[in-house]
Amino acid sequence: MNNIRKNRLKDQIFRGWGIACTLLGLVLLAIFIGSILIDGLQRIDWDFITSLPSRNAENAGIYTALMGSIWILVLTTIISLPLGIAAAIYLEEYSKKNRFSSILEVNISNLAGVPSIIYGLLGLEIFVRILEMGASVLAGSFTLALLILPIVIVSTRESIKAVPKSIRDASYALGASKWQTVSMQLLPASFGGILTGVILALSRAVGETAPLIVIGALAYVPFAPSSPMDEFTVMPIQIFNWISRPQAGFEVNAAAAIIMLLLITFIMNGIAVYFRNKWQKKLK
Amino acid sequence: MSKKEKGIVIDKSIKRKHKLETKGVKVFYDDFMAIKGIDMTIKANKVTAFIGPSGCGKSTFLRLFNRMNDYVDGFRLEGEVRIDGENIYKKKINVEQLRKQVGMVFQKPNPFPKSIFENVAYGLRIQGINDKRYLSEKVEDSLKQVALWDEVKDDLNKSAIALSGGQQQRLCIARTLAVEPSIILMDEPTSALDPLSTAKIEELIYELKEKYSIVIVTHNMQQAGRISDYTAFFYLGELIEYDRTKKLFTNPEKQQTENYITGRFG
Repeated sequence: MNNIRKNRLKDQIFRGWGIACTLLGLVLLAIFIGSILIDGLQRIDWDFITSLPSRNAENAGIYTALMGSIWILVLTTIISLPLGIAAAIYLEEYSKKNRFSSILEVNISNLAGVPSIIYGLLGLEIFVRILEMGASVLAGSFTLALLILPIVIVSTRESIKAVPKSIRDASYALGASKWQTVSMQLLPASFGGILTGVILALSRAVGETAPLIVIGALAYVPFAPSSPMDEFTVMPIQIFNWISRPQAGFEVNAAAAIIMLLLITFIMNGIAVYFRNKWQKKLK
Repeated sequence: MSKKEKGIVIDKSIKRKHKLETKGVKVFYDDFMAIKGIDMTIKANKVTAFIGPSGCGKSTFLRLFNRMNDYVDGFRLEGEVRIDGENIYKKKINVEQLRKQVGMVFQKPNPFPKSIFENVAYGLRIQGINDKRYLSEKVEDSLKQVALWDEVKDDLNKSAIALSGGQQQRLCIARTLAVEPSIILMDEPTSALDPLSTAKIEELIYELKEKYSIVIVTHNMQQAGRISDYTAFFYLGELIEYDRTKKLFTNPEKQQTENYITGRFG
C-alpha cells in the first residue's frame, strides 16, 4: 500500500517537473515576443514595408531587406530543390548499399552540422571570387542553397523511405522501371513530406545572417535588387544593423523588422505543418 | 516492336501454353542457402499450390519467376529458371517486359494511394498507353473479371485506400489482369482477408485458370486442396514432394509430406 502511494507521488513529481520544463521555453518565447510586439507593433504600417532605408529612423523602411530576403528565398529554392531531391532519390533508390554509400550518408549528416559561417567562407571563395558573381543575390542564394542542401536531402530521403515497400513491389511487379516507380509512385506519395522538409530548411535559410555577411551582403543598400546579379541585404542583417545604431528610433525599427521576420518563418512553418497533415491523411 | 522490347519472353500472338521450369536452382542470401537445388516443371493453365512451413523457401521460389528477388540485398541465384525454355535470368532479358507477362499478387493488399481507376490503369500507363477510351474499357473489363465492377463503378475516382481489404485484394488482381499477363503468381493472397473475401478470391482463382497459369503460395492447406490442380510441398529449401493435389493430399509418397498435411508439424 505504502509502495503504491510512493509511486504515485513520484509520478506527480515528475509530471510537475515535466510541465515546468515544457513551460520554461514557451514562457521565455512569450516574453520575448511580447516585448518585441510592444516595442515594434506601432511601427509596422504600409510605409514601413515600402520605404527604402534612411538615415532617419522615422523614414527608414524594410523594403530593400524584405525584397532581398524574398529574392534569396526564391533563388535558394530554385537552386537547392532539384539538387537536393535528385541527390536524395539517388541515395535512397539507386545507389548500392556499400561502404562508399554509407560514408556518403554519414558525411551528408555531418554537413548539416557544419557552422553556417563556414559555408559563408566557402561561398566567398567559390561563388564570389572564383565564379566572379560578386556580392550578388545569386552568390548569396548559392551559398544558402549549399547550407540547406543537407537538410533537404535528409528530409527528402526520410519521406521517400516512409513510402511502404509494398508500393514499390506493386509497381515493379507490374513492369514499371525504376524511374517510373520513382516519378509516378514514390514522389507523389512523399510529396507532402518533401515539401515540409524543404519549407523548414528554407525558413532556416531566411533567418541566416553570418554566411551572407561573409560573402559581402551590405548593411546599407539604397535600392531593392532587380536582378540576380545585384547587391542586396536581407532582413536579419538589417535588424543587426539597426540594433547597432545609437539612436533609439532604430531600436523600434529593429523590433518591427523582427516581427516581420518572425511572421515569415511562422507562416512558412504553418504551411509545412499543413502539408504534413494532409500527406499523412493521404497515406492512411 | 520497338528496340526496347527485344528481350520479349513470350509472344502474345501465339496462344502457346506457358510452362515454368527450374533446373538445379539454388538461391543464396549472402551465405545463407534458401533454396537448395530444385528441379521443377509447372504446367500451363493449371493452378499449382506451394505449401510448406514458414521459412521453407516457397515465397522465395515463387518470386524467382518474376525476378522480384532481385531487389533483396545479397540475393544470388545458381541454376536456371525458364519460361517456355528461355532462361529468364540471362543478361539479354528485359525484366520490365518479363513482369508484364508474369503478374504478381501479394500477401497484403497493396493498392497505390491513388484512385481506383488509376490503380488499374497504372500498368498500362507505364507502357505509354494514355488513350482515355482504351483505358476506360480496360479498367472496366479488368474490374468485371474480378467481380468488383458493380461494387465500385460509381466510385472509380475515389481513393482505393478506402476500399475494404477484400475489395483491395480484388482490385490488386484486376490491376494485374489489366496488363494481360499469361502467368499469375500469388503470394498468400488471402492470408490477410476474412473468410468471405477469401471465398470470393478462391472462386476467382478457379475462373482465372481458364486463361492463366497460376502459381499460388498458401499457408492454408484446405485452400490448396480446394483450388489447386497440383501441389508442391517445400521444406527447408527443398522440394519434398510435387504431385496432383488429390494424390498428394490423400496418398503422399513421403513421410514428411504426410506429417505436414496431417498437422503433425509446421
